[in-house]
Amino acid sequence: MSKSRISWYKYAAPVNFYPLAGKMIPWFTGLTIILFAIGLYMGFFIAPAQDFQQHEYYRIIFIHVPAAWMGMFLYVLMAIYAGVGWAFNARLASMMATAIAPTGAIFTFISLVTGSLWGRPAWGVYWVWDARMTSTLILMFLYIGFISLQSSIEDARRADRAGAVLALVGAINVPIIYFSVQWWSSLHQGATLTTQGSKIAGSMLLPMLILTFACWMYSIVVVLVRVRCIILEREREAPRLAEATA
Amino acid sequence: MNSPSMVSMFRWMIWRDLLLAWRRRMDVLATLFFFIIVVSLFPLGIGPEPQLLRTIAPGVVWVAALLASMLALGRTFGNDYQDGTLEQLLLTPQPLYLTVLAKVLAQWIVSEVPLVIVAPVLGLQFGLSQNTLWIMTVSLLLGTPVLSLIGSIGAALTLGLRAANVLVALLVLPLFIPVLIFGTGAIEATVTGTDPQPYLLLLGATLVLALAFAPWATSAALRISVE
Repeated sequence: MSKSRISWYKYAAPVNFYPLAGKMIPWFTGLTIILFAIGLYMGFFIAPAQDFQQHEYYRIIFIHVPAAWMGMFLYVLMAIYAGVGWAFNARLASMMATAIAPTGAIFTFISLVTGSLWGRPAWGVYWVWDARMTSTLILMFLYIGFISLQSSIEDARRADRAGAVLALVGAINVPIIYFSVQWWSSLHQGATLTTQGSKIAGSMLLPMLILTFACWMYSIVVVLVRVRCIILEREREAPRLAEATA
Repeated sequence: MNSPSMVSMFRWMIWRDLLLAWRRRMDVLATLFFFIIVVSLFPLGIGPEPQLLRTIAPGVVWVAALLASMLALGRTFGNDYQDGTLEQLLLTPQPLYLTVLAKVLAQWIVSEVPLVIVAPVLGLQFGLSQNTLWIMTVSLLLGTPVLSLIGSIGAALTLGLRAANVLVALLVLPLFIPVLIFGTGAIEATVTGTDPQPYLLLLGATLVLALAFAPWATSAALRISVE
């Protein structure tokens, strides 16, 4: 057995990636559990009980902010994977894009739901057509478009490439949409509410960062599990996959 | 052997699409009537109060235009895809970018220009002033080509799929949002008495961007869908 340098290209082949992903999943699951435990404990028990005006409900931001960040980050990641898969004809990258989409959509959804649950006590209403909320809503529409396009194309390779075109067009559009929505809300809003709060205290920032990493690790776990399912589905004819799964 | 030049090819493509649309006039008219009916439904749903109607008119006209142009998207490549013409077009030596541009331009003339012409009449029903009607027409003239261009990406991606029409809506409507915002912004600016020019300039910028990138993305999507 030669202990030379690891050949990374080897793992670009779905059949080789399958067992590697299987080995990675327990580690990332452990990290997820630990980080969530620490982050949630700090967020709920250690972070100051009461901000000067916000009450206990402010703690929802410990979920809300990481979810919103992951929603945006995963879209970019999905577009990159889809683009790489299309440009270099790398099947695994396309599979990763397909696997990321539902997780990104769910995080975006969670950030919308938690945001409106926070908005009810803080602003008195569940929903405001504020620039950030509106663009997050549109981001979720983009995810839904990507998922529904891919699921309605039978041929896997066509689905990959069509999804890549859509994800890239969407990625180019995201900044345009974001700025247009911002101008739009500054045009319409009666300036009664702003999302720009006071500067965040360190004791609140730390649990938020830890929980962001927890969400990140969780995404890795879920995406790896999903990509393994996709590999099984698409590469079932590959003889070496049978060995790997045996 | 001399192949037709790019310009004559471009002109021929547009002429062919216009002729085909003329032979199937009812399809075009159906889109137009859809637009008129949707716009007329709003006063019935909301109430005939003139002040309120004047406020919602820009949004109503623009949203109806988005929906109507979405209905027409399937025709951009659909018929050519079904009878195999599209494959032949993909094989021609002319750049696919130009072919796509010609088809989109023809689609715009057939499906969007009638909306732009009718829109001021509908605006009258909402009690808009003459100046506002004028700006509305300009904003539609600048904005509707963007709808055709972005829409063509969606139309190309969903060629030959089940439930392609519903799917196109999901893909394309979120991407239409900037056009909707700038378009209604321009009209609202005249209603409230501010300067509509920034919005028109933004619409123009969006049009330039879409002209540069959308046909390219559509070409890629066509090659993916037809293979």
